[in-house]
Amino acid sequence: MEEIKQAEEQSIEIATIKIRPSRGWVPLRLKDLWEYRELLYFLTWRDIKVRYKQTVLGAVWAILQPFLTMVVFSIFFGRLAKLPSDNIPYPIFSYSALVVWTFFANGVTSSSNSMVAEANTIKKVYFPRLVIPVAAVFSGVVDFVLAFIVLIGMMAFYGITPSAAVFWLPLFFLLAFITALGVGLWLSAMNVMFRDVRYALPFLIQIWLFATPIAYSASLLKGIWKTLYGLNPMVGVVEGFRWALLGVETRPGPMIAVSSFVSIVLLVSGAYYFRRMERSFADVV
Amino acid sequence: MSASDTAILVDNLSKQYRIGERQARYRTIRETMVDVVKAPFRRTASLMRGESYGAAGLRQEIWALKDISFEVKSGEVLGIIGRNGSGKTTLLKVLSRITEPTEGGADIHGQVSSLLDVGTGMHPELTGRENVYLNGAILGMRRAETNHKFDQIVEFSGVEKFIDTPMKHYSSGMQVRLAFSIAAHLEPEILLVDEVLAVGDAEFQAKCLGKMEDVVKSGRTVLFVSHNMAAIMSLCPRGILLDAGEIKATGPMDGVVDTYLTESMSLEGQVVFPEDRRHLDSGFRFLAVRVLDENGHPAGAMDLAEGFTLEMDYEVSQTIRRAYVSFELTDRAGACAFLSTDRDAEPVNGGNVLFPGRYRASCFVPSTYLRSSSYFVSLGCFTNEQMFDDIHNAIAIEVIDSGTAGLRSYQERPGAIAPILRWNRESIS
Repeated sequence: MEEIKQAEEQSIEIATIKIRPSRGWVPLRLKDLWEYRELLYFLTWRDIKVRYKQTVLGAVWAILQPFLTMVVFSIFFGRLAKLPSDNIPYPIFSYSALVVWTFFANGVTSSSNSMVAEANTIKKVYFPRLVIPVAAVFSGVVDFVLAFIVLIGMMAFYGITPSAAVFWLPLFFLLAFITALGVGLWLSAMNVMFRDVRYALPFLIQIWLFATPIAYSASLLKGIWKTLYGLNPMVGVVEGFRWALLGVETRPGPMIAVSSFVSIVLLVSGAYYFRRMERSFADVV
Repeated sequence: MSASDTAILVDNLSKQYRIGERQARYRTIRETMVDVVKAPFRRTASLMRGESYGAAGLRQEIWALKDISFEVKSGEVLGIIGRNGSGKTTLLKVLSRITEPTEGGADIHGQVSSLLDVGTGMHPELTGRENVYLNGAILGMRRAETNHKFDQIVEFSGVEKFIDTPMKHYSSGMQVRLAFSIAAHLEPEILLVDEVLAVGDAEFQAKCLGKMEDVVKSGRTVLFVSHNMAAIMSLCPRGILLDAGEIKATGPMDGVVDTYLTESMSLEGQVVFPEDRRHLDSGFRFLAVRVLDENGHPAGAMDLAEGFTLEMDYEVSQTIRRAYVSFELTDRAGACAFLSTDRDAEPVNGGNVLFPGRYRASCFVPSTYLRSSSYFVSLGCFTNEQMFDDIHNAIAIEVIDSGTAGLRSYQERPGAIAPILRWNRESIS
């Protein structure tokens, strides 16, 4: 009997629900999101479980995606084009960036498509809609960790020992997370109304890839230009990763500050835009 | 009565849907071209204003709910009935916060769960066990709560043996049973239920109905939408009748059901469905239904001895293979008298191929086996995979006994139908 009582007390508590039409910008209601943290957990968990079902290689794909790209980059950009790589072996130079880039690209793609993919749920059950794109980005973390383990192996192979700067790494990862979520929130809300997003997305990701110093080094740019380059938040992330792991001389300067600022603006504006559009999701999707 | 006795207070609730106007036939190419060029800009502008997609072009506005007000006391069980498209589901969607009202509002005191569908969010690749937790979380159950109820849920569903098998290997019946079991074990203070009982086989339906009775007896507040008049009358003491988004009747359930069955049904022998009832994209829609007497005139009342012709017009917009067009006759209590499809008399099993176009189908129904009572005709078009269109209680037929001597006594007889069968007797001694 005690147990039942406990279980009931733990179920989601809501006092009086006031249902009114909303106009314009609405509050984020992050408290609701917190109330539904278990749903966030289960949706993330489902995405992870289901992702590699019925594939032969399974989770190996999480490693193969950035790894094969690295091989291709190493042959064409490293060997043939001989792009400078800040005096680091080209394979690890590009792979260290590709690990976090893959997380970002997959996070943006899956969160942008998440609302449409969950259309049926959205039309039938209430919960804070923000849970869906957030879970989509979260589910990429496991893939990132797997690919990162390979990165550690490669660092050992090339005999690279990170400096104390490595403790900054989680912050750069957080920056990548925030950017992916910010972009994902904008695009997932738009995707509900305009399925154009789905077709534009691969281009966006591809262009973004080349606008980010993954195949080449940001040290091609100097001074103010380098700072402005940070307007692409992934520039800050990639440069930060290389600095924290490989000891490349790209100290977090004003560029990182610019990147962080842009990514936070993306997240906050994306969240408000999403909430604003949320009211029509169930009617339109 | 203090305010705390009120569980749900709905106050002048209205909900408007905007529907992008269908392409008119007389549009010129120039207009279309201009529209194509302009559309992206207008759409971008409307996107930034936070309007929905359809808002960009010409549009039609439909009030799915208009000035709905009612109150539900704590512990009360309220039934909601009405024809398809009368706003029942929209009302539940607004009350469960899935969609927002356009005007007015509602206050809900207590924790709400809504069941508009069972099995929402379940994934075929996950096992039954995993789906119980996932679906539980989607419905608002905490993990501790799911843990606690897990055995009960599985036992109720009767799929114990397969609980660790991926759901994709389940039969559709098993999937539905497991899904319903999860839903049935929710214990909110206020429950909003939409037509969930129409799942599974007859045995499981009876079990579900029993579960609903338990829920009702446990003193929860329940809003129950159904087409099953028998179920709704046995579960709900009080009810609301919705018609075209407005409350048409309210009060004791049997009275409301009576109003629904007589007033809101057409007795003129003909119902033409509104053009916007169903989007043409769905591939199929019924346009009209008629009940014709012996002389081919629409009539609402039929003589028991004569029989009638049921005629229906429908439009097909895409080729549908293996389709069945059907009608079903139900009595006042919602019990099915019989169902007939347009393939019944064909020699080979399997549906018809429906090609795009407009059609008129008719079927002669001899009525000597019917009781002198009201019957309701529901229409449907379906394949084995999918329902293309269905209209519950599309038209009413009053079968009257005009006094043909020998038939009088049938009225008091039990049974959904009262066939006149020829008996034979011979002496065997």
